[in-house]
Amino acid sequence: MKKELITLNVNGDDHEIAVFPWQTLNEVLRDELHLTGTKLGCGTGDCGACTVLIDGKSVSSCLTLAIEAEGVKITTIEGLAPEAVAAAGDLESCELDPIQESFINKGAIQCGFCSPGMIMSSKFLLSHTPKPTEAEIRAGLSGNLCRCTGYNKIVDAIADAAEKINDAQ
Amino acid sequence: MTLPQFTYLAPTSLKEACDLLREHQGKIKIKAGGTDMIVRLSHRAVKPDYLMSIKKIPGLDKISYDAATGLTIGALALLRDVEINEDVLAHAPMLARAAHQTATVQIRNMGTVMGNICNASPSADNIPTLVAMNAVIIAANGNSEREIPIDEFFLGPGRSALAADEIATAIRVPVTAALTGTSYQKISPRSKVDIAAVNIGAMLTLDGAKKCSAVRISMGAVGPTPLRGAKAEAYLVNKEICAETLAEAGRLAAEDASPISDVRASREYRKLMVEVLTTRALKEAADLAAA
Ligand SMILES: Cc1cc2nc3c(=O)[nH]c(=O)nc-3n(C[C@H](O)[C@H](O)[C@H](O)COP(=O)(O)OP(=O)(O)OC[C@H]3O[C@@H](n4cnc5c(N)ncnc54)[C@H](O)[C@@H]3O)c2cc1C
Ligand code: FES
Ligand code: FES
Repeated sequence: MKKELITLNVNGDDHEIAVFPWQTLNEVLRDELHLTGTKLGCGTGDCGACTVLIDGKSVSSCLTLAIEAEGVKITTIEGLAPEAVAAAGDLESCELDPIQESFINKGAIQCGFCSPGMIMSSKFLLSHTPKPTEAEIRAGLSGNLCRCTGYNKIVDAIADAAEKINDAQ
Repeated sequence: MTLPQFTYLAPTSLKEACDLLREHQGKIKIKAGGTDMIVRLSHRAVKPDYLMSIKKIPGLDKISYDAATGLTIGALALLRDVEINEDVLAHAPMLARAAHQTATVQIRNMGTVMGNICNASPSADNIPTLVAMNAVIIAANGNSEREIPIDEFFLGPGRSALAADEIATAIRVPVTAALTGTSYQKISPRSKVDIAAVNIGAMLTLDGAKKCSAVRISMGAVGPTPLRGAKAEAYLVNKEICAETLAEAGRLAAEDASPISDVRASREYRKLMVEVLTTRALKEAADLAAA
């Protein structure tokens, strides 16, 4: 079976890449583009670890065919703080996204496996609901599972990030 | 898990899509948002030679309202679109509620309401309200179009009245009569984002006094297809709406339910919940009709 040449726009950069039609966006991001910030948990849409933004909306990359992600803007966790990625994680010297900052400051990260997905879901939530209530935050995370934190610190972190973003505006 | 291999097709017209369905009959599956289909592929529950995306067919994503024909929801309208669309919120708010209570944020950003209907799961969130509102499914085969009343659309779990070469292009929801209210009630083992253990849609019209002049009740996850609460409907017409008649309607609805026991709930619990949720749905619909 033949691969097809497609162009994926990821975090503002165009990548020409040959894919099989049955390859998911998750596989292509991780295995071909080596953007391993996006995780693979369940592979069936339940856990949210694979969440990326497509044209600003959160989707499960494990249920998205790469071949259908042409002509759209894909944002992964690496796209939120490109400087920090370039500095190989030297967080002292670079600016993070306010949501990432709040996750760190509020202790919302333990093992960290769910964090990229959680942060991408938060990004979508705050894009359409800049001042979410606690109930709205929890509903906004309905598609993200965390086995470590018990969620409360994640909810705190998002509320904190929302406040920071609104203050800055 | 890596998906099984298939040839990917992405036709750009309805005619082309239906021709492909005819050409590859038995070996082809339709994909819209893919939130059911990709999971089924991943589980090897289906192994089609061809996977045909309908997302490149133009014009299927529209939602519109017309005072004569009612609400039209295109096949590619996302659950999220229906959840927040102003026409839906104004003319059929319970469809927005049902869409909102379907799955998770990410799945609603990917999945379509039509996919939820065509998947024909007895517990699907968007079916009971559409049945209650007497919706019609528009089916096209590239040469002609027909209207399938939603009462005739579901044949069994995963089986619909669509022919092998048909694509469902839109859902049409008739204009609701005056003094009419609707409701969607759902219960699931974990939270609202979970698959329903029981879900109920209702539409009720009042006659100007407190009497019910028309009512439709749809019960999900309590039979191989969504079931109508026929006994409860027959009982309620011409009755005054009050706590007693609503409770009796709930009891009669449970008589018409034929649930099984599974991981989500036992048969007995489902029967009880049909009673509770039907009474609750009729109460809300009657209150909204009077408002
Ligand atoms: C994590 C997760 C949670 C979920 N939670 C819920 C839930 O709470 N409630 C619920 O009801 N569902 C739930 N679902 C199921 C699913 O998301 C919905 O049924 C969704 O609406 C399907 O839409 P889709 O566009 O993704 O369909 P697809 O997967 O693209 O298609 C579904 C089926 O319909 C057929 N089809 C689609 N469009 C058409 C068309 N226009 N004409 C003819 N056939 C067509 C396809 O061939 C396929 O058989 C969940 C799924 C996941 C992965
Ligand atoms: S890996 Fe995609 S939702 Fe779990
Ligand atoms: S921090 Fe470990 S899964 Fe969330």
